[in-house]
Amino acid sequence: MTISAEKIGYQITKEDKRFIGWHMLVAITALSVGSLFGPLQALEFAGLDLYQYLTPVLESYYQGLTIHGVLNALVWTTFFIVGFTYLAVVKGLERPMTYPKLNRVGFWTMVVGLVTTGVPMLIGEATVLFTFYPPLKASWAFYLGLTLVVVGSWIEGWGFMLTLRAWRKDNPGVRSPFIAFAGVVNTVMWQIATIGVAVEILTMLLPWSLGLIDATDPQLARTYFWFTGHPLVYFWLLPAYISWYGMLPKQVGGKLFSDSLARLAFWLFLLLSIPVGFHHQFLDPGIPIGWKWIHAGLTYGVFFPSMLTAFTVIASLEYAAKQRGGKGLVGWIKALPWNDPSVVTQLLAGILFMFGGIGGLVNASYNINTVIHNTAWVPGHFHLTVASAATLSFMGMSYWLVPYIRGRKLYSPKLALIQAWTWFVGMIIFSNAMHVLGLLGAPRRTPLGSAPYVPDEWAGHLLRVSIGGTILLISVIMYVWIMFKSATGPKADPADVPEIPVAESVRDPQLTPEWLDNFKPWLIATLVLILVAYGPQLIAQISDIQLNAPGVG
Amino acid sequence: MTQPQEEQTKKTMGVDPFERNWMIFSIGLIVVFFGLILIAGFALGIQVPGPDSRVDPQTFADASPWGEPVREVSPGEYEVYVVARTFFYEPREIVVPVDSRVTIFVSSPDVQHGFKISDTNVNMQIVPGQVSKLSYTFDRVGEFPYICTEYCGIGHAAMSGVVKVVEEGGEG
Repeated sequence: MTISAEKIGYQITKEDKRFIGWHMLVAITALSVGSLFGPLQALEFAGLDLYQYLTPVLESYYQGLTIHGVLNALVWTTFFIVGFTYLAVVKGLERPMTYPKLNRVGFWTMVVGLVTTGVPMLIGEATVLFTFYPPLKASWAFYLGLTLVVVGSWIEGWGFMLTLRAWRKDNPGVRSPFIAFAGVVNTVMWQIATIGVAVEILTMLLPWSLGLIDATDPQLARTYFWFTGHPLVYFWLLPAYISWYGMLPKQVGGKLFSDSLARLAFWLFLLLSIPVGFHHQFLDPGIPIGWKWIHAGLTYGVFFPSMLTAFTVIASLEYAAKQRGGKGLVGWIKALPWNDPSVVTQLLAGILFMFGGIGGLVNASYNINTVIHNTAWVPGHFHLTVASAATLSFMGMSYWLVPYIRGRKLYSPKLALIQAWTWFVGMIIFSNAMHVLGLLGAPRRTPLGSAPYVPDEWAGHLLRVSIGGTILLISVIMYVWIMFKSATGPKADPADVPEIPVAESVRDPQLTPEWLDNFKPWLIATLVLILVAYGPQLIAQISDIQLNAPGVG
Repeated sequence: MTQPQEEQTKKTMGVDPFERNWMIFSIGLIVVFFGLILIAGFALGIQVPGPDSRVDPQTFADASPWGEPVREVSPGEYEVYVVARTFFYEPREIVVPVDSRVTIFVSSPDVQHGFKISDTNVNMQIVPGQVSKLSYTFDRVGEFPYICTEYCGIGHAAMSGVVKVVEEGGEG
């Protein structure tokens, strides 16, 4: 209905399109390679160990698992997110970056980091999984490369923040456009959150892997790691939320239900994503029980903005569906555009994420965590979050994004629909089986097809993991094929090229209170809360540091 | 879903009544869940490990009683000091009579490990330099494998041991 009006809106420059395209190319390449290793794990569970045929290239199950985790969870996500945030900032603010060179420097720093990390991983010098807990030791290049990826993402982030600042200077008193605002909130959260892993690598892991210090303090390293590790989850999720709040309503022919509450949710994610890391360490020996309780409570707090999101996103969908003639308490769901692959992927991602959220509450629940900690439940859980809510949404977003930046049509929307549904079905089979295995006590990160203690009763679930994993591989192959064809096919008539969907708000955003568009109070509150929730324990653990675990590697 | 009046929205941030109820429901849910884990933690005594002591990873395993069989410290109360190392546990077997309360201490001389006893609430992260400790009452006869749940290297999948809970007097 407003397609022609949209065309008049701000058009991203050719250079910017190409630059965003580079992010997508790296992201999707990482996903293609990383995803090949996922099913190797899943098939091993059913006793089909393909690793034995890959020995010239791959040393072990664990090396494959490391590559799968790093490329899919860290590289695909980070490159996609930074590229997408770039687009959200320039489109939202309707202006190019204030310092475009900054972003170019950031991007190429990330690429150099990726190569530096990738080489030791591929030659088997960094089989430490994507959590790289010391004192398992990787090549120094692995740590250095990860550092460069993070630093590169910081530099790109400075580009986003400075551009928003310049916009605000030129537009005093105007509410910042939602997608740009939300992209920068995620950027700011990432900059604070990654300080933990930066300190871990620069003060401990890098000097240790270079032989400058002999040993590590593994407990302190875990504390640093999880300072970053949980907000990392939100860094993955929030770009999907930007789409669900600020773009999907437009794609289904409606509007954002509540601009105020959308902003409030993003502020609460900034506030609460970081001071919750101990809920990954409930079963660690070196952290006092009182602090674990405090982080358990704060983790429950993050449940609140998630519930807000569920409400606002579903309400926006209902609003749109009713505009389209949908009726009834749930009957309106049928009126959504179930033939649009970009919409369907995101709707299915949202459904999977509801199960992910419920499982996440279990993980957060202090003593209940003892049932599932380090079991197959945990990868079952995060395949619903990072591998569905984030990844499946990103796939859906790229169904308009890649054709848009390439000036082409989406290749075979029908195949894209099949891709969305196969991911959904494959993931339900895979993640349900993983959750059940976890409840039965199956450890994570373990080739269960060859573990001696596996009882017969697990066999059916192990088989389901293999079946689900195989379906997911088929789905990802379809996705990469569609992306390849959409990026390289013949140039399309401009009228057929998808536009960037930017949803309007039901209510004028100018009515949103000023404090919901002001970084200062929220930043101060965030830093204070981090100091309160982490400060005393960080001081205690750092002042009691004992570098006495030399490890192996 | 009517378009709210401007004045009203200033007061309510444009929050729809449905949405307000949903927010209250969400907060209520959080409060109820937190109450439940408090009850589980303090009334039912289901706790997680807290700091016990620190050891030197390179030497502790040589000292008694680390790696030795389980011992009775008072009637019905047992202690065992487990060394988790690549890629086995010492001891590999913990034999106790049914209904005994066992306090398990675990540490590692090399890398991080896991220690999870199947079908129980015993689950601990094992970190070099730290001693993980939990107590548990075994009230059923049977065999309960303990499994390494943290990746520790190439032999990780083979790393396990077993708690044998036997009839009173039927030890050994």
